[in-house]
Amino acid sequence: MEPLPHGPEWDFDLVERYHVAIAETAAEFGLDTYPNQIEIITSEQMLDAYASTGLPIGYPHWSYGKEFIRNEQAYVSGAQGLAYEIVINSNPCIAYLMEDNTLMMQALVIAHASYGHNSFFKGNYLFRQSTEADGILDYLVFARRYVLECEERHGVVAVEDTLDSCHALMRYGVDRYKRAGKLSLAKEKARRERRESAQQHLYNDLWRTLPAAAPGTVAAAAERYPSEPEENILYFIEKNSPKLELWQRELVRIVRKLAQYFYPQGQTKVMNEGWATFWHYTLLNRLYDKGLVNDAFMLEFLQSHTNVIAQRGFDERGYSGLNPYALGFAMMRDIRRICETPTDEDRKWFPEFAGGDWLKTLDFAMRNFKDESFIAQYLSPKLIRDFRLFAVADHAGNESLVVDSIHDDDGYRRVRQLLALQHHYDVIVPDIQVANYNRNGDRTLTLRHQVLRGRPLASDDADQVLKHLGRLWGFTVRLESVDGEGEASKVRECVPTIAAAA
Amino acid sequence: MLYLIDRRTTTRTKSALNRERFLRRYKEHIRRAVQNMVAKRSIADMASGGGEVSIPARDIAEPSFRHGAGGNREIVSPGNREFAKGDKLRRPEGGGGGAGGAGAGSGDAVDEFTFSLSRDEFLNIFFEDLELPRLARTVLGKVDRTKLERAGYTTEGAPCNLSVVRTLQSALSRRIALSGAIGARMEEVRAEADADEDEDRRAELEAELEALGGRQARVPFLDSLDLRYRNRVLKPAPVARAVMFCLMDVSASMDENKKDLAKRFFTLLYLFLTQKYEQVELVFVRHTEHAEEVQEDVFFNDPGTGGTVVLSALELMHKIATERYPASSWNIYAAQASDGDAFGADGGGSARFLEESILPLTRYFAYVEVPDGADARASALWTAYDAITHDGRFAMRRVTRREEIYPVFRELFRKEA
Repeated sequence: MEPLPHGPEWDFDLVERYHVAIAETAAEFGLDTYPNQIEIITSEQMLDAYASTGLPIGYPHWSYGKEFIRNEQAYVSGAQGLAYEIVINSNPCIAYLMEDNTLMMQALVIAHASYGHNSFFKGNYLFRQSTEADGILDYLVFARRYVLECEERHGVVAVEDTLDSCHALMRYGVDRYKRAGKLSLAKEKARRERRESAQQHLYNDLWRTLPAAAPGTVAAAAERYPSEPEENILYFIEKNSPKLELWQRELVRIVRKLAQYFYPQGQTKVMNEGWATFWHYTLLNRLYDKGLVNDAFMLEFLQSHTNVIAQRGFDERGYSGLNPYALGFAMMRDIRRICETPTDEDRKWFPEFAGGDWLKTLDFAMRNFKDESFIAQYLSPKLIRDFRLFAVADHAGNESLVVDSIHDDDGYRRVRQLLALQHHYDVIVPDIQVANYNRNGDRTLTLRHQVLRGRPLASDDADQVLKHLGRLWGFTVRLESVDGEGEASKVRECVPTIAAAA
Repeated sequence: MLYLIDRRTTTRTKSALNRERFLRRYKEHIRRAVQNMVAKRSIADMASGGGEVSIPARDIAEPSFRHGAGGNREIVSPGNREFAKGDKLRRPEGGGGGAGGAGAGSGDAVDEFTFSLSRDEFLNIFFEDLELPRLARTVLGKVDRTKLERAGYTTEGAPCNLSVVRTLQSALSRRIALSGAIGARMEEVRAEADADEDEDRRAELEAELEALGGRQARVPFLDSLDLRYRNRVLKPAPVARAVMFCLMDVSASMDENKKDLAKRFFTLLYLFLTQKYEQVELVFVRHTEHAEEVQEDVFFNDPGTGGTVVLSALELMHKIATERYPASSWNIYAAQASDGDAFGADGGGSARFLEESILPLTRYFAYVEVPDGADARASALWTAYDAITHDGRFAMRRVTRREEIYPVFRELFRKEA
């Protein structure tokens, strides 16, 4: 293949030639992707896309306007640059490229988004399980139209109120695990027969002699609804709220569906970005090795790349937490290193794949993990040393903070475990579930907050969210914070005014 | 496989709706900010519009369940240089701590959400709910505007105006009319044929019957005669025309501060009128001991000085009004600003002239006085004007500080319920 031309300016022809080269290289590594759709947009359109959390179509809501204004302000004043791309988990996979990017940047973004992210979307188990790449765009079109219709029929304010309340609970509109699908009729029949035969098998006349249970206990058990706690609060509201109108239920559903769509993205930030960064790095280097791009291209590329993966220390200026690009990229590279040139330490820590096939190992990691489990499984002592990671314990009982562990032999496992926990959904999002709905009484909805290691809810916010819940539920909503021993440490309550008047 | 699409040409303002929703929701905040801006701005800035609006971040936060301060947790950070296991560190300010930490933290975290309004957004909020009082829309002046009105149906027209229902209706009636007559004749012939014994005569009738059947079949379902088009004609549309007279005292007693206040008032008025009415003409009159009609930039920017004769301005206004803007075809408005100085008979004369000659012509006359201070006693002109009897078409207010201008302005031009 002829070397690709290089210069600051891009045109459509060049973008396509680069894409062909990158696609061929990606095929060498066996990356499995959805078909690609690349759209060129202006910086203004990029700001638009930012506001609607990257989605090409969204229903109107003031919070998106706020995001837009915030980003626009930061961008215009020069405080913040724009992302080079946005990529959407859909089939075909849509990547937005900014028109102001240089030719090198367009190539980088194609490798990063259209091959890196795209293959991750297609391969990772969370995305496969809980999002439907084929249908998302159609659903967004429907959602927008539906919300606009509701606004026309019921007024902007009423719709906005409902959406506000739903947004406040967005993180609780997620099924973390896929529900079991409905059984087919034949399977159900087979199961019933199996159970009946088991019962016949176990029949013993003795059971008949047992006294019947007191009638009260059975009734009490029946009153408990839902029979098991429900973690998807928006789902529960959609199905059970006594007050909501039909159109409001549909709005709840729309917000819930969007939350579900975004759920895997929040769970795989490190992996997803690490994977994409690893692949743009690997693919472009491969182009260079094949002699398709020249030194100037590579120098420009490396400059951008190092910016992306910069990680500052906790006490340095501009530190804003662990950079998921840096951590993810380093871990992906590290896995390859452990496969290709393992040290004794690596053999001891990762006997199952040290010295193995790096492509297979990486592919397996990409498919079967999320951030929390990925870090718990693959963070090596070498990386902990490289990043100089350390854990600080902040305990309510202690006057001061205590350094819990650092990058030494004693600390590796502990640091790794703590860093993994830091990416755990339960640690980020308080565990709150629907405990009881008093269907036959005053229709009170009781939520249970399982307090994690004594950490309370942020009080102001919790009270406000409770008000939103009250609006959706229409009757009293109670939130009990329960500690490890099962004792309620704090009870909040919201009595909606309408219900009180009725 | 690659689809490469150029989206740059498609609509760019996808977020316009979201932005508008945001502004609607925080209108109160924005209105307050806009009000403050009026007091602080220079006159030139006011016309350029736009401006920064700050809203406390707390007010626009979206709540969610999250962990507050307190409890036990560990934080992993990169970049350790000096710490070893077991080292103790002081708690950083504002973070962590007991239950009290949350309250203390939120106190100093009142950062503001700042953004800028475009000129149009600024002016829209600025002049919301304001209207020229007593505007008569029926006053017909020079007619240069027309509008399309429905005027029944025609048999010719553009295909886009085709009225399908009307067309089918007329097709139906034509079919009934044509084939009905044929049908009746066929009935007759058939009856005659049945009755007649003569073979030849019957064959003749059969042939006629066949011919009639053919004619009936040839009646078209839709003929070009049936086509009906919606008809629209141009009609002259009544235009409400208005003229605003701006009268300002620029005599020596009007010091820079007072002139500034007066000019601010007129700037608001000017912006308001140009923003809301395309059809409003403006006449600027300034006066010392004699009055002159000036262009707007002279009016706002050119310093003038001299004595004071209020009547001269009123007379000039009356002259212009009768010559150029007959009250029969114009809505006439006037706003006058002065420090209230009037010497000798000028005050009484002006009030009388206003009451007898000008008020009957005008729909609304607003007088704004910029006295020496808030506690200054009533001026000569104020006292004289105060005695005017009127039917709600005259209003007067005093303004001593910049902040008062906007409220007074709103009061004078509030939309009538």
